Amino acid sequence: MGVKLLLEKAHVPGIRYFETYRKEGGYRAVEKALKQMDPASIVEEVKKSGLRGRGGAGFPAGMKWSFIAKPEGVPRHLVCNADESEPGTFKDRYLMEFIPHLLIEGLIVSSFALGSNDTYIYIRGEYAWIVDILEQAIEEAKANGFLGKNILGTGFDCNIYVQRGAGAYICGEETALIESLEGKRGNPRIKPPFPAIEGLWRRPTVVNNVETLAAVVPIINMGGDEYAKIGVGRSTGTKLISACGNINKPGVYEIDMTISVEEFIYSDEYCGGIANGKRLKACIPGGSSVPILPANLLLKTAKGETRYMNYESLSDGGFATGSMMGSGGFIVLDEDQCIVKNTYTLARFYRHESCGQCSPCREGTGWMEKILKNIDTGKGKMSDIDLLWDIQRKIEGNTICPLGDAAAWPVAAAIRHFRDEFEWHVNHPEEAQKRNYGLAHYADPIHVPA
Amino acid sequence: MSEQPLFKVTIDNITVEVPAGTTILNAARKIGGDVAPPAMCYYSKLEGSGGKCRTCLVEVSKGSEKDPRPMPKLVASCRTTVMDGMEVKNITSDRVMDARSGVVEFLLINHPLDCPVCDQAGECHLQDLSYEHGKAGTRYEFQRRTFKKHDLGDKIQLHMTRCILCYRCVFTADQLTGKREHGVLDRGDHAEIATYIEKNLDNEFIGNVIDVCPVGALTDKTFRFKNRVWFLKPMDAHRDCPTCSGKVTLWNRGDEVFRVTARKDQWGEVEDWICNTCRFDKKQTSDWVIEGPRLIDRHSVISQGHYAGKVGIHKPTETFEAVHGGRQPKLLMDIHSVSEVNKPEITLSKLDRPAHSTDFTSNKD
Repeated sequence: MGVKLLLEKAHVPGIRYFETYRKEGGYRAVEKALKQMDPASIVEEVKKSGLRGRGGAGFPAGMKWSFIAKPEGVPRHLVCNADESEPGTFKDRYLMEFIPHLLIEGLIVSSFALGSNDTYIYIRGEYAWIVDILEQAIEEAKANGFLGKNILGTGFDCNIYVQRGAGAYICGEETALIESLEGKRGNPRIKPPFPAIEGLWRRPTVVNNVETLAAVVPIINMGGDEYAKIGVGRSTGTKLISACGNINKPGVYEIDMTISVEEFIYSDEYCGGIANGKRLKACIPGGSSVPILPANLLLKTAKGETRYMNYESLSDGGFATGSMMGSGGFIVLDEDQCIVKNTYTLARFYRHESCGQCSPCREGTGWMEKILKNIDTGKGKMSDIDLLWDIQRKIEGNTICPLGDAAAWPVAAAIRHFRDEFEWHVNHPEEAQKRNYGLAHYADPIHVPA
Repeated sequence: MSEQPLFKVTIDNITVEVPAGTTILNAARKIGGDVAPPAMCYYSKLEGSGGKCRTCLVEVSKGSEKDPRPMPKLVASCRTTVMDGMEVKNITSDRVMDARSGVVEFLLINHPLDCPVCDQAGECHLQDLSYEHGKAGTRYEFQRRTFKKHDLGDKIQLHMTRCILCYRCVFTADQLTGKREHGVLDRGDHAEIATYIEKNLDNEFIGNVIDVCPVGALTDKTFRFKNRVWFLKPMDAHRDCPTCSGKVTLWNRGDEVFRVTARKDQWGEVEDWICNTCRFDKKQTSDWVIEGPRLIDRHSVISQGHYAGKVGIHKPTETFEAVHGGRQPKLLMDIHSVSEVNKPEITLSKLDRPAHSTDFTSNKD
C-alpha cells in the first residue's frame, strides 16, 4: 500500500462539504501558511519539495513560481488549469468532484505565495456539474472566513472565480487558456513573453494544473523536505494516474512513483491485470499525446531494467525506446487492439482540435488523418508510411504551441514501434478489415498469472 | 527616452548592429537580400502580427554573448528579439531550409493553385515563396478544402479557398478601423476568415485588407479579371485627399487606370494606408498628380514587363558572397553581366526602350 496524500480522505462520507473536510484536518495548510509563513518561504518549501507540474510537461512548480515578475503596483494572478481534455486523462475531474476543498485550500495557499488576490479556475465546459461543486466549495470557504477579504485576520484578500471553457482542447495550453479567459478566441500566444512576465491581462500570471495546486497542501502540512522523501529521484511526492483501456480495474489511482509499471498493471491494488485474460500489447502511459510503447519496451527499458512509474524511468531511452509521464492518462491496449486504428483515432482528434493558427499544425494534422484513414480502410500505399513519418517530422518543433508536437508524437511512435503492423495493413487490405494484426514480436515477455 | 543599446547580431555570417528589441527578421531585413527570411504573416505595421505562418523559422546557433547555448528549436524570426552576440543561421542551415520547404508544402496542400485565373498572380507572396522553397510536385492526394466565395461589401471579395490564415486582414480591420466585424470562425483546417453573419465591411479604410493579403483571398472587385498585374505599369501618384495621405500607386495600361493600391515597399508592405475613395472611386488619370514610375523589386514578376531607365528598377542587395564566405555564385540574378551570349558591355537597364537585336549586333567587335 503506497502513500496517499491527495486521495487519502477522498472517500470519507461528506468530505465534499466544508464541515467534514475541516473536521478531517482540512484548511490546516491555510492556517499554517498565512499565519506562520511568508510568501517567499512557501515558494521555498515548494521548491524544496521538488514538486513537478502534473499537467503534462513536468516542469518544477517551485521554479515556475519563482519566475513570476513582481513589478510595483501590478496585480498578479494565479490560474488553475482545470481544462483537462487530454484523451485518457480524468484525474483532475476525480479530485475536484470528490474532494473539492483540497483544491480550494491549495489555491488559497498558492495565491498567498504568489500574491494573487484574484485567482481563477478555468474548467472545461463539459465538467458542468463540477462547476457547481466548486462554486459551492468556494461559497462555504468564504462563509467560514477562508476566502474573501482579510482571510483569518491576516489582511490577505483572495477571491476565487470559476470560469467555464467552451470545450476546446487547445484551451488547456496555458497561453490559449489565458486568451480564452480574457474572452478572446483560444489561440495560443507566441512565447516569449511567458505568462510569468505577461499573462492574464498582461499581468504576471502563473498557470498550474489542479493536481499540482492540490499537492501544495500536503507540502505545507508536512514540509517540503518530508514531501521530497516520498518517491524517487526527481520524481517526488505522489501522482494521480487515471488508468483506462483494457484493464480489469480502470480508475484513478494515487501512486508514490516507486512502483514498477508491471506492478501497476498487474497488481490487484491497481489495474488488476488485462481484462478478459488477454495479453498486453501496448500502452500509452501519459495521455494520448505521449509516444505509445509496445509491451516489451513498457515493462522493461531498452537496457533490460525494470521500468518504474515515474518521470525519469518512463522517459528512459528518449523517444526511441521510451515515452513520457505526461498527464498520467494511462491507456492500456490488449492484443485485440489495432494500432493503425488507434493512431487514426488520435490523429482525428488532433486534427479536430488544432486551433488553425500556424500552418504546420493546421494543415499537417489534417493530412496525417487522411492518410491514416486510407491505411486503416485498406486504401493505403507503402509510400504513405514514409510520408506520414516525413509529415510528423515537419510538424514537430515547428509550431507555436505543443499541440503540434502532441499530434506528431503518437504518429511517430506508432510507426517507430509498429511499422510491421502498418505494412501488414497496406499489404493485406482485405484481411486487415476482418481481423487484427495481433501481438507479433512486441508481446509482453512477462509471464501473466492466470 | 534614453539611448537604446546596440546589439551585434550575426545572421548567415553577416554581422549587423541593431537596437535592442529588434526582431531577428528586421535585423535580417537590414542586411537585405536572401538573408531576410520570407514572411507570410508578419507585417511590421500591424501590431501582434507574425509567428503564425512559420516560414520565417531560423536556427539560433548561439543565444547571446552571455549565454552562448543554441536554442533547441527553430524560432520564428519575426517574433524573436535579438540578443547581443546572437548568431543566427537562415539560408546556411539545412534544418531551416528543410523546415521551410515543409511549411511551403503545408501551405500549398489546401491552396487551389488557381494562379492562372487569380488576380494576385504576379504579386503573390505564396507564389514567390513556393518558387523559392517549394517542390515541383505535390504528395497530397486528397480533395482540397474549398469554400464559397463571399462578398464583403460591394468592393471586396473574399475567396477563402485561397486563404492561408495569416490573420493580417483581421489585424488590419482591428487596428485601422473602429468597429470590429471581421475575424476568424471555427478552428483547425476548416477555420475561415468571416464576418458574422455575412455582414458588409463598411469602413473608409477597409480596402487596405486587399493590400495586406499575401495571397489572392481578398481581391478588389473593381479590378477582378480586368488585367494581369504584369501588363500594368505602376506609377506613383498623389491627390489631395481629406481622409488619407493620398499617396498611392496607379496601375496603368496606356492612359487607363486599372486599379489603385497603396504604395508597397520592397518587403511588400504598405507604406501609407489609403482610403476607400482613393482606392475604388478615383480611376481617372485626371484625378491624380502623377509623380513618376514606381520602383518595383526586380525579382518580382511585375517588373518583368518594364525596362529600366525610365521605370527604374530596384536592384536587391546581393548577399551571396558574404553568406557563403566569399564563394562566387554559379549564376547571378543579373544574368546579363555573366552571360556569354549577351555582350557584357551592354546593360539592358541603360536602355530606355525594349531591347532589340540591333542593340547587340551593333556592338559587335
